[in-house]
Amino acid sequence: MALRSIIGTLGFLLIALAAPTLPAWLVSLATVAFANGLVVLGLIILWRAGLVPFGQALYYAIGAYTVALIGRYSEIRDVLAMIAAAALLSALTAFLTGFLLARYREIFFAMLSLAMSMILYGVLVKTETLGSTDGFHVELPTYFDYQPQGEMHLLVLFWLVLAFCAMSALLVSLYFRSVAGSLALPVRDSEIRLEFLGISVNRLIHLKLVIASTLAGIGGALAALSIEHVDPNMSYWTTSGGFVFVTILAGAGSVAAAFVGSFVFELLKSIAYDILPGTWQIFLGSALLLTILFLPEGIGSLFGRLRGRAKPV
Amino acid sequence: MSTILAIQNLGKAFGSLVAARDINIAVPPLQIIGIIGANGAGKTTFVNMITGYLRPSSGTIWFKDIDITGRPSREISRLGIARSFQVPQIFPSLTVFENMCAATAIAHASGGLLAQILTPLHSPATTAKAEAAVELFRIGSYRNALAATLPQGVRKLLDIAMALAGAPRVLLLDEPTSGIAIEEKFDLMDVVMSALKNRGITVLFVEHDMDIVERYADRVLAFYDGTVIADGSPVETLENPRIQELISGPKLKMTAVAALHA
Repeated sequence: MALRSIIGTLGFLLIALAAPTLPAWLVSLATVAFANGLVVLGLIILWRAGLVPFGQALYYAIGAYTVALIGRYSEIRDVLAMIAAAALLSALTAFLTGFLLARYREIFFAMLSLAMSMILYGVLVKTETLGSTDGFHVELPTYFDYQPQGEMHLLVLFWLVLAFCAMSALLVSLYFRSVAGSLALPVRDSEIRLEFLGISVNRLIHLKLVIASTLAGIGGALAALSIEHVDPNMSYWTTSGGFVFVTILAGAGSVAAAFVGSFVFELLKSIAYDILPGTWQIFLGSALLLTILFLPEGIGSLFGRLRGRAKPV
Repeated sequence: MSTILAIQNLGKAFGSLVAARDINIAVPPLQIIGIIGANGAGKTTFVNMITGYLRPSSGTIWFKDIDITGRPSREISRLGIARSFQVPQIFPSLTVFENMCAATAIAHASGGLLAQILTPLHSPATTAKAEAAVELFRIGSYRNALAATLPQGVRKLLDIAMALAGAPRVLLLDEPTSGIAIEEKFDLMDVVMSALKNRGITVLFVEHDMDIVERYADRVLAFYDGTVIADGSPVETLENPRIQELISGPKLKMTAVAALHA
């Protein structure tokens, strides 16, 4: 575990060090990919317990709109304050929705989460002050009163995203080692036994939801800062579906897979746009099909194969 | 005589169907109680009400001095009442050892959700306890086998071993030998009883096999039509003609049954 954490941290450090030498388009793509990787990391937490939310875009959009609204309606520009607000609001929303969602499983859980995200979509589309269907511009943040411009901004934001990813990966790894985090398969296997061992399964799922949604909120905030624009599509069901797509691609076996999977997805999407502008979905669909056929446990299973058996307990 | 479990006027109705009624029982500590009755007599409903799986329609359940009536099963479990199931409730995706680790770690993290977040699954203390439990229940040869692949007897033992992880004061076993070959039933019960020895646990077990009841129970409760119709020593209860007529049938010794099978 300690070795894996060190390797992971070194991986993030190497990417950070290499970033200034990379082309701007790749840094930009990786920034969004890693920000979205945080959402996927949250989905992995839920996925391991057999829960597939089709509405995680709800929290992603809340995170994104929070930083956008802070920039639009306040003087606050500090990046950490903006992201903290986004994380807090997403967590609070998940805490409230969790009282209902944690009582459902399987398709009912998936559909209920989808319904909740579509409510937000409806509100965003219909509300002029929130930019309606066009959305609105996101103000550039400051980093401890320093406001980088142009490519430097891109680079600094990428480093910030990497820092958040590294921290989240470490914390989620620790969570997976804890009693609460390691009971994902038992939740799928026998909720009755867990209850009779003294565990509240609903509370456990509620906690997983809050963690996953906080990560989604942070991911949304970072993505919005990178794209410099928010719009209602961020809460649309296709966005949620995209995160589920990446989770299948990544697999739930490892924390690193969330980021690798997300990067591979963004890269594939970018290549597909270039090669087949009108039919890029065929390219992505084929990639998913091949993953399911040849790597049914996702890209993450490759790490498992490298280090022997890897199975979440 | 002090009681560890006191059940007063307990009843349960599912709509117009009365599954349990007027059950009054006082259980002294350390007693081993066999619960007998035909299918549908209310035995499992009784166990389910004590362990919080079902909320009673009437009556009160006292565990020591605590009224546990209608409390959630997880709370009752934390207070010290554990159970096993007719269909073993284990985690099929995990190995036997991982099942035990999960159970011991949960027992170790007894301070609520925060403790469950802060307590690692594998600590030297919980791992050692899991190892000891696997050996105590003589399932060490299956240590690394996936629970999904276990024979029924081992599944039953694992289920009971996991129930014991929280060091309960009362253990309820719902048909511990059901689905087990006749010749293995006594072996299984011997393992269970030897594991329970000197642990200060009061045991209530539901059983259809009268030879098992006669051999292991200090006291027998006979259920019929949702209520207790006899409560006494195994000899007096099992030889009661009314019990034989309604529940156990004419006594057939295990040896005779085995001979019939042969």
